[in-house]
Amino acid sequence: MSKSNKTAASGNSLMNRMKNISDTNLLLTITIVVFFVMYIGAIVFQGAGFLKPQTFFNILNANAALIILSCGLSLVMITGSIDISVGGITALVSMCCAVYLDYKGGNLVVSMLIAVAIGLAFGLFQGFLIAYLDIQPFIVTLAGMFFARGMTTIVNTKPFNVENEAFNTLKMTRIVVPGMGSVNKLGKYVNAYVEIGVIVALIVVIALFCVLRWTKLGRSFYALGGNKQSALMLGINVKRTKFIAHLLCGILAGIGGFVYFLHVGSGSASHATGAEMDAIASSIIGGTMLTGGVGNIIGTFFGVLSLSTIQNIVSSAGLDQAWWTGITRAVMLCLFLVIQSVVMTMRKKKKAE
Amino acid sequence: MQTNEAKKSSASSFFMKIVKNQCFIPLATLLLLAVFNLIADPSFFKISLGYNSAGNPVLSGFLITILDSGSELAILAIGMTLVTAATGGQDISVGAAIAISGSVLLRVLCGTNSRPETLQAPIIVAFLVSCVVAMLFGAFNGVLVAYFKIQPMIATLILYTAGRSIAAWINNNELPVISEPSFTYFGEFIPGIPIPTPFFIAVACMIIIGIVLKVTNLKLFTQAVGINESSSRLNGLNPAFIKVLSFVILGLCVAVVGLIKVSRISTINYSVIAKDIEMDAILAVALGGNALSGGKFNMAASIIGAYVIQFLTTTLYKFNVQSDALPAYKAIVVILLVVISAPTVREAFSSMTKKLKVKEVA
Repeated sequence: MSKSNKTAASGNSLMNRMKNISDTNLLLTITIVVFFVMYIGAIVFQGAGFLKPQTFFNILNANAALIILSCGLSLVMITGSIDISVGGITALVSMCCAVYLDYKGGNLVVSMLIAVAIGLAFGLFQGFLIAYLDIQPFIVTLAGMFFARGMTTIVNTKPFNVENEAFNTLKMTRIVVPGMGSVNKLGKYVNAYVEIGVIVALIVVIALFCVLRWTKLGRSFYALGGNKQSALMLGINVKRTKFIAHLLCGILAGIGGFVYFLHVGSGSASHATGAEMDAIASSIIGGTMLTGGVGNIIGTFFGVLSLSTIQNIVSSAGLDQAWWTGITRAVMLCLFLVIQSVVMTMRKKKKAE
Repeated sequence: MQTNEAKKSSASSFFMKIVKNQCFIPLATLLLLAVFNLIADPSFFKISLGYNSAGNPVLSGFLITILDSGSELAILAIGMTLVTAATGGQDISVGAAIAISGSVLLRVLCGTNSRPETLQAPIIVAFLVSCVVAMLFGAFNGVLVAYFKIQPMIATLILYTAGRSIAAWINNNELPVISEPSFTYFGEFIPGIPIPTPFFIAVACMIIIGIVLKVTNLKLFTQAVGINESSSRLNGLNPAFIKVLSFVILGLCVAVVGLIKVSRISTINYSVIAKDIEMDAILAVALGGNALSGGKFNMAASIIGAYVIQFLTTTLYKFNVQSDALPAYKAIVVILLVVISAPTVREAFSSMTKKLKVKEVA
């Protein structure tokens, strides 16, 4: 009797595991699988270009800033809020730093502080309005985006490249990835490299992963997003938690802005247009639920990679990039939103049963 | 003595009634802006009669510009108010949808040739086709929101990302130009009438929506769904249908604005047309005192809000603010508005006035 029970249990164990897997992990698994399938598909159909390690690292180099911005957005979205000002802050940070470094001949460290200070100011102000005055996050950060974009033009109208020496050395610093590389056209072995920004992004990802998983603050983020009322009853300071989430998002937008600036090396009002939308899309693709309470930083990381891999596939397939990128991204976003929605309704039904 | 007090209280209650009215905030803002302009430079209000290149009498001046451009916003605000009320979220894809409907319009008018000598189809047919397309895209948004339960802002993010690409794809990335003069009537002036046509179109839209709200149950149903979805379902409504309907109506508004926008320049620029208009439309709704979280709405207040937003934009333009820097000033206005109308701030304010009253009595 007990034996047959055991075999039945082992037979059902996979199903049971599927049932018991948390929402966060289920969506995370979907994202990572999709990314690998896509990348392997790219290698198979697009040929050798994607096989080179440098292609992968170039995706990282180009999207280090987006990874940081998306991490901030994931935090905010886990608490059930939203922030659409990050793209504007990025543009403002890069313009301010560019003006400071180039016209004023400034110090590199001070420019980093300026970047973080701008992010901090936005985070403080928006967080206060959203958490303590209870104003809708969408409208507050919409105004934040407007303000940042407008201020960028007020600071300087024309786009320009930075000629600061210290900055350019930092910009050109390349960190060799050991053991990775490829043979170039001349038959020479070239090591794969990443830029400084990627290191910063990875540190941010790991730090936030730890915060979300092992600290009290991280757990209160999930509690707040999952159910505000019960979070309140658990004794969590709901207002402060929300405020901290927005504050962190602002600071991360400042850091992301500087990383973006480090990658492009110029200031322009049209920098990072639509970055907020890309960041939201990456978070969603990475399995962060819009309703809050579900999400994972690792997922967000893979979300950014998926989004930019799509872009690379489109451009290497020779399609008119500017137009097709928009459409493919939208299709992907749509797909993931529908998957999320379907998964969640199915789970609700099961729970009800 | 008593009568005096009664008079005083009736006067104050009358005052409170005005302040409590939803149209108060937008109208007060309008008044404030008008007074500001009057002090800064009275020539703002000058309207002059001139002749345009076709020899038609046209009125020009800042007020006419407000009437002209504000009308587009007012038409969008009608649809946006309904969407906001029913779903508790906003549609951020209207700018992209305008690009699509404008592109469809030009495609039907021009056929395969991007610079036709004569129109390939009557304007009304092209307009109807673009209406159908815009309504379909609205329905797409609506289905995502109503049946897949995705937040409106995120659901419309899809079309926001893809819309302009789709618009370019419809015309094979070409820029068709229409030389037919009668096509410009919708966005500029009809010969002999010195007032810009968009204003008449907006008035027509307002009358239609006014009649619809008066005659049908649309307003009641929309508000019911917005206030409490599950209780509206228990009362026999179909919340999903109402939500989709509100998005379809917004689609219709988008098609009308698309016609005006394309008619203004007789061609289209996919990446610039109706840029940032979604933000202005949302602001108009917010300025009208409508809760952005859905529920009750006041259509008239939204429409006034739209004109006030345009008034602000034009005022800023007049003071030589660069068009790219405009958003910074608008943002300050928005933040001030939302802070004033925030429930917590209002409560604090009213408790403060109560305390003052108690002190006075004492």
